[in-house]
Amino acid sequence: MRNVFLFLRRYSVFIIFLVMQIMALTMLFTNNRFHNTVMGMLSNEAAGDINKRVDKAEEFLSLSEQNKKLREQNAKLLSLLPSGTLLPDSAMEMVTDTFRLDSIKQYRQYQYMSAKVISNSVFLQQNYMVLHRGSNQGLEANMAVVGIDGVMGTIVHVSENMSLVMSLLNRQSKVIATLKKGSGLGEISWDGKDPRYLVLTKIPKTVLVKKGDTVVTSPYSDKFPPGLPIGIVQEVEQDQETNTYILLVKTAVNFYNVQHAYVVKNRLEEEMDELKKKMNKE
Amino acid sequence: MNLFVKNIIRFILILVVQLFVLNNVPPLHQFIVPYFYFVFLLWLPFKITRTNLLLVAFAVGYITDMFYKTPGLHLAACVLIAYIRPPFIQLLLPKEATEWGNEEPTRKTMGQVPYMTYIIIMTLIHHFYLILLEWLQFGSFLYFSGKLIGTTIISLLLIMIADLLFNRNTRTR
Repeated sequence: MRNVFLFLRRYSVFIIFLVMQIMALTMLFTNNRFHNTVMGMLSNEAAGDINKRVDKAEEFLSLSEQNKKLREQNAKLLSLLPSGTLLPDSAMEMVTDTFRLDSIKQYRQYQYMSAKVISNSVFLQQNYMVLHRGSNQGLEANMAVVGIDGVMGTIVHVSENMSLVMSLLNRQSKVIATLKKGSGLGEISWDGKDPRYLVLTKIPKTVLVKKGDTVVTSPYSDKFPPGLPIGIVQEVEQDQETNTYILLVKTAVNFYNVQHAYVVKNRLEEEMDELKKKMNKE
Repeated sequence: MNLFVKNIIRFILILVVQLFVLNNVPPLHQFIVPYFYFVFLLWLPFKITRTNLLLVAFAVGYITDMFYKTPGLHLAACVLIAYIRPPFIQLLLPKEATEWGNEEPTRKTMGQVPYMTYIIIMTLIHHFYLILLEWLQFGSFLYFSGKLIGTTIISLLLIMIADLLFNRNTRTR
């Protein structure tokens, strides 16, 4: 017994070092519930509070630009008001965002909630944003986050008043996308090189792609509303190994300067999940 | 000033510089990322015990991870250099830890060449481990080697500038 204590005392520093290393590496490489708790701890309120204070000071620097953008969006939305349009025929009506066919009443599938970005980074390999809205305000993990100009990311963790958003500029982020022309189904990811450009892969070569084509979210996505802009094709490259393109896409959102965001809640998501579960069981 | 208070103030200052100034600098290139926070561990006094050093490294790594949203990445690298630091100093300057007063590793206390060797090797080890762990998650060998060289150079530049700007340990207590 004495020898055990002597051993522990002699190598105590090494043992502490080993324990700390193992803790760090398990945090880094496990992908289970423990990992979720760790990420929850990391996105805690203390760090969020400090970020909020710094953000308040930084916000002054970009006020005019943000105002301009919000004005533009307001104008766009005002022009969508029913009082500004005339329907050519009362029997014909453009119906979007609906899912009940047996009723004339329209139902909202996507609900938008405004949120403020209090922390953001662009130059790391795994960039995250922090929103000043959390579970108390009805946010949940796996909701989409869009900006005024387009898609920004997905919520990965929520605490009471903050939520952690995996930005599109994250090596692990993947979003289903399509071309606005309506053909091809691809995947948007980031190669970590330039925060202004994303990479769109898996678009088959049978589709004609030109520089300047708009890339939007796909209708098959389970969280993003269809047709939201992601970016504009900047460079078309043929992948030698597969039958697909590698497209360089200029982001619609200026990730260097994001202040406001909208969190999109898909009110059909639960129903869709249940349906998918049934499919998996069979 | 009390050594303890002085180091706490330095800790806060270095973290503020890292998290709110360096992290907001527009990136020059994917490979050039200014990491500076770990210098706090290199500048701690000689006489700190190894257990305390590990605990301090744990705190520094954890807080940095909290802001970078990378669970365990910076923590692992910080703990590694904290573990290696005392034997490495012993190797450069054969002197017992108890023989030191309140001095910290600086140009004057260690001498020009040992100090630079100390800083360069420790920075390399920290970045090597950090970027290796990142490489295990994503990236390629080119990413690993390029980022190792780029970040090491920018970190060394930052440390040298900080050394020129702030004259640490002028008065011996």
